[in-house]
Amino acid sequence: MNLLDIIGPVMVGPSSSHTAGAVKIGNICRKLLGDTIKSAEIFFHGSFQTTGKGHGTDKAIVAGLLGCAVDDIRIPDSFELAARQGLEFRIRGIDLGEAHPNSVKINLTGVTGKKLEIIAASIGGGRIQIHEIDGLTVNFSGDYPTLIVQNLDQPGHIMDVTSMLAHKSVNIAEMQLYRENRGGNAVMVIECDQEVPKDSIKWLEHLEGIIKVTYLSLAEEEAHV
Amino acid sequence: MYKALEDLIREEQSSGIPFWKLVQKDDCKEQNKSEEQSFQEMQYIYRSMRSSFEEYDAKLLSASGLVGGEGARLQKWREAGKMVSGEFISSVMEKALKISESNACMKRIVAAPTAGSCGVVAAVFLGIQEKEQISEEKMAEALYVAAGIGGVIASRAFLSGAAGGCQAEIGSASAMAAGGLVYLLGGDAEGIANAAALALKNLLGLACDPVAGLVEVPCVKRNVMGAVNSITSAELTMAGIRSKIPPDEVIDAMRSIGRGMSEEIRETGKGGLAGTQTGIHYRESMSQSW
Repeated sequence: MNLLDIIGPVMVGPSSSHTAGAVKIGNICRKLLGDTIKSAEIFFHGSFQTTGKGHGTDKAIVAGLLGCAVDDIRIPDSFELAARQGLEFRIRGIDLGEAHPNSVKINLTGVTGKKLEIIAASIGGGRIQIHEIDGLTVNFSGDYPTLIVQNLDQPGHIMDVTSMLAHKSVNIAEMQLYRENRGGNAVMVIECDQEVPKDSIKWLEHLEGIIKVTYLSLAEEEAHV
Repeated sequence: MYKALEDLIREEQSSGIPFWKLVQKDDCKEQNKSEEQSFQEMQYIYRSMRSSFEEYDAKLLSASGLVGGEGARLQKWREAGKMVSGEFISSVMEKALKISESNACMKRIVAAPTAGSCGVVAAVFLGIQEKEQISEEKMAEALYVAAGIGGVIASRAFLSGAAGGCQAEIGSASAMAAGGLVYLLGGDAEGIANAAALALKNLLGLACDPVAGLVEVPCVKRNVMGAVNSITSAELTMAGIRSKIPPDEVIDAMRSIGRGMSEEIRETGKGGLAGTQTGIHYRESMSQSW
């Protein structure tokens, strides 16, 4: 734990989990889409659904999607900001079953047609977890540059990815593997100590058997809104 | 991060390095950060605390409409000379109320340790600085003291209402403010830890029972109480009065009480004040779901 998590962060209130955490989720979704967001479908579950209006969770998520940081004083006015930026959004409730009480499902469409579906949770103190991407189980915090590769479940793809990372001197902090069923769709989540070069991500996207590559960069500047 | 206040006391006594500096050095090592950068960040935190008070807007109302404008009301009462508490405590009460109201109204604050308890440390520190004309540098040092106490509480127990009830939020904030205040009044590590213990003891068992699950009622007014409690704890300490239970054991008691608390009173908005007839009425009249 960081000292500045105990005195800090500087944030817009009222709640680290329901406000600051929601801003972070919005931001990570925006970065994962890797495209300017055209429209967002937002579904609140559990405590997010029942207390989200009172905590400004709705405004916080939209602010994050627009690129606001947790201390951005425009968070309370994010709906107006979204209107000016041409971001369309809809908010509804949902029952995600056994999901964490502070969970949200977000479907994003980018201006170039990219699509992304995410389920994320705010797990307390402003920390968050991404639990699902495009219907596949994952589990990462967004604290590291994270590479998410969806591929066909067949031999060799893990080596494709890891040898590329080795070649680019990117060290792996944590790696997780999931698959739907044998020979079906699989996903690898790789949290890295360094940023993965853009060209290498493009190269991966064109490999046979790779379905989709999503990348969370921490180097990217906050979007100017 | 330190796991015992006892360790900080012993190290200060053996090395002569003050409590705040020990906390800073430890964090810089862990985060691989220079002491200079760390100090600048802490000064920024303190300036942000001041802004969270100065930018108070009496016209704002929280989402539920239950919070807003009361800081200005107290200010008026204080300025009319009606308060019997004396200048320092009156001014700290006003600051705690205003900062905490600002949080409920989606203004920018410093979580210390949480957003719901943001008014405690900030109000006490701003108040004593105003009264004693203390330098910005010294105030940043006191923030390390407060953070060091919070760090020990985090590693031995918890800092969130969901984990351990309000004792973990306002209780911890009050302990952090008490220790910081003792430092600013000239106390050493032993005094800092003692004040933290006295403050936390008074708030053991406090439930987290927010009406409608929102950081409003009773959270805002509990910030005022937490701030004043830290002042009384620091005063007792400076007079040489000691907790009969050692500080680390008080924190352990907070953990065991928190573990035994039912879920109803751990931020779920079900039990305690939230579950009263009026609390339920407020919740139902808000229609805040989608």
